[in-house]
Amino acid sequence: MNGGGLRWLSVASAMMVLLGVGAASAGEEQVQLRDARGRDDTTAFCATCHSLDYIEMNAAVFDRAGWEKSVRKMIDKFGAPIPEEHAQVIIAYLAENY
Amino acid sequence: MTNRRQVIAGSAGILFLGAAARAGGESASSPGVAGETLVALPGKKPLIKRSFRPPNFETPLSGLKGAFTANDEFFVRYHVADIPEADPRTWRLKIGGASAQRNIELSLMDLERGFERVSVPAINQCSGNRRGLFVPRAGGIQWHHGAMGNALWSGVRLRDVLNRAGIKGDALEVVFDGADRSVLPATPDFIKSLPLERALDENTLIALEMNGSALPHWNGAPARLVVPGWTATYWVKHLTEIRVEPQAFEGFWMKSAYRVPTGAFPGARFASQETPETTPITEILINSMVTSHASGARLTRGQGAELSGWAWDGGSGISTVEFSVDDGRSWRPAALGKDLGRFAWRGFRFALDTSTGGSRSIAVRATARSGARQPEQLTPNPSGYHHNIVQRLMLEVA
Repeated sequence: MNGGGLRWLSVASAMMVLLGVGAASAGEEQVQLRDARGRDDTTAFCATCHSLDYIEMNAAVFDRAGWEKSVRKMIDKFGAPIPEEHAQVIIAYLAENY
Repeated sequence: MTNRRQVIAGSAGILFLGAAARAGGESASSPGVAGETLVALPGKKPLIKRSFRPPNFETPLSGLKGAFTANDEFFVRYHVADIPEADPRTWRLKIGGASAQRNIELSLMDLERGFERVSVPAINQCSGNRRGLFVPRAGGIQWHHGAMGNALWSGVRLRDVLNRAGIKGDALEVVFDGADRSVLPATPDFIKSLPLERALDENTLIALEMNGSALPHWNGAPARLVVPGWTATYWVKHLTEIRVEPQAFEGFWMKSAYRVPTGAFPGARFASQETPETTPITEILINSMVTSHASGARLTRGQGAELSGWAWDGGSGISTVEFSVDDGRSWRPAALGKDLGRFAWRGFRFALDTSTGGSRSIAVRATARSGARQPEQLTPNPSGYHHNIVQRLMLEVA
């Protein structure tokens, strides 16, 4: 991850803290995404609003186009504040690992 | 505000049972569901966990055998993760809107004492129930059979409450908001609307109780909308505000979500929300499921077996349930159980010949009083709604 990525990651984490969100429900910490490039971005941005089991649950459903559409929906319809460079990283991570 | 967060973060007492618990005789709701995790939310028995946050939990097959689905086994479905626990003493329901004659505010005691008390037995079924069985696959919560249940809902008629506020002649839709909120301000709040005529239907309730007890938190305490015959997306939980409006509600959960291709399915029309391309999902379609056995179950040769389950539709009632043991070439009637009400499910049962060993393919189909019959083929729709095709089970007699 480059420096810009780290900076955004910390912004996302700080936002989660400020909003008091990303407050994991008991048990969800057991859900861990596969270790590969892009996991930190995916965890930080996606887990702001929902547990990561949503990703596992749809792994058998979405291909790359499906993941791209899903991430775009989170940004365009649900207001996820994901900068474009991070959206690309997340889409690539999801397409390659789920 | 603190208690919102505490509810989410404080979901202690979660119990992981996982596949091991299943091996002890609990049967999965469908084949090929290895890896399902049973988790108990506070106040609930272990349910099939689909997602932790927002919480989406499905009733296992074992919880669907009774005529009324137990409150602590009833499925849980949320779209947004900020779910406050209501204080019944301070809770208020606001009624207003541009087509209301006046704004009113009601306490729980006002609702309990100021209106006629009514009860309706009704199926509460998620629009996406069985989405996980859809072909082609559809994104979203991958439900199997248990995003539904039957309960006796008690409370007051919505129309009596609306009439207390007064309805202007130009009213078109009634809009419902609950206390659950999205995590980010930019995420659309879960707000739904109904056509005025459905809101005024005598069966549409503001329910305070479920199966004779106060609504569980996870099913909408202290008050939720009950729209018998319509899918659960309209049954807004934790009601806080109801608005009577002269125009179509424009929110995301009406305009973009919970829509099907226009003309693809039978059932009530929601004219004010319809476009040439898509229209809101409305009524529950004719459907049935076997609850006595899961596909893959083993039967003992020569001992005989009785299969049973439930059939339901959007309120016309069940006319017949038939079963086939020859892959649909011939059908025989199943015996129907007691009529619990036209919005509830109807029991059925039939005996299976187990005098010879081997695999048995069993198909079950229901027909409604409306004449609608379960189809063999799914009607394609992008969100995977209305999965109601004829169920097939493979049983082994040995």
